Amino acid sequence: MNETLLISGMFAVTFSVRYVLFAVAGKVNFPTWLNKALEFVPPVVLMAIIAPSVSMPKGELWLSYTNPWLLAALVAVITAWVRKDLLTTIVVGMLAFAGLRFGLGL
Amino acid sequence: MSTQSPAVLKPSREFVAGASATIPLLIGAAPFGIIFGTLAEPNGLSALGAVLMSVVVFAGASQFIALGLLAVGTSVPIIIATTFVLNFRHILYSANLVSKVKHLPHYWRAIMAFGLTDETFAAVNNRYLQLGNLKNAHWFYLGSFLAMYTNWIACTFIGLTLGNIFPEMQNWGLDFAMSVTFIGMVIPYLKNRPMIAAVIVAAALAVVSYELPHKLGLLLASFSGIAVGLSLMMLENRRQPVIEEPTS
Repeated sequence: MNETLLISGMFAVTFSVRYVLFAVAGKVNFPTWLNKALEFVPPVVLMAIIAPSVSMPKGELWLSYTNPWLLAALVAVITAWVRKDLLTTIVVGMLAFAGLRFGLGL
Repeated sequence: MSTQSPAVLKPSREFVAGASATIPLLIGAAPFGIIFGTLAEPNGLSALGAVLMSVVVFAGASQFIALGLLAVGTSVPIIIATTFVLNFRHILYSANLVSKVKHLPHYWRAIMAFGLTDETFAAVNNRYLQLGNLKNAHWFYLGSFLAMYTNWIACTFIGLTLGNIFPEMQNWGLDFAMSVTFIGMVIPYLKNRPMIAAVIVAAALAVVSYELPHKLGLLLASFSGIAVGLSLMMLENRRQPVIEEPTS
């Protein structure tokens, strides 16, 4: 396995995806519907990352009250909803996870 | 949203504000960087390779997936292709920022592109939503990016060290830190029905399509969620055509 090749290849694809639209910014204008669509991007993409990682933490779907990832995620959702503060959400969510996993041994 | 000629902050003030706005996100990213460090050597990436990957590639999720693929003996081109698919979401972020960078010289745009992560995008997007003024906003971006960057590299080092001391650390579930951080980032967006529907569709499809090769499920779920949200928003606007939309 060639690590130099791996890292330069990963850099090339990552950077070009991040840069391509910045490079042409100012030269192209997006239609209104596309700008509207882009407003959905942050929460939708993040949720598409979160959902599998908490509902299938070991690779298979695990919808159960004994799944500490899922339970702690619900605690975090409620905390975020009530307090609207990122740091509080992270701390409470992590404490819930630690309590469920290591306190209760789930 | 009112735009009463917002005050222009000095570059240094913007830089510090950007770094501070990113501090909570660092707490979520840190365990993730540490686990990346601990997993590198057991999965067949050298310590130097792990550090270089964090310095050069700087893409958390892709670096993780790369390790997972290395462990099962995947070839380098396939890993690179998977990285491309996984990072394709950044094109959506950058599309969102196009109107905010078009006045900047290209070296600034390149730096900002390199530093584009989920976290910095979220921090910067909040800044743009709250303060209209663009004059020195790129310094805010730089502050956020450098906070994430140094944190990520430092955590990779810490992980490499800890991984040698506590080889069982990878089973502690520290990856939950990223999920909980992302949850804290998502909830404030859920202010109307189209947004809530979009997020629910994305979540369900991401789970259902998880087994698709090269993490294509992430893109499928994202595009479907956006399509549903956009359709609902257009339907609602058609029903109430007089409502003036806030300028973004």
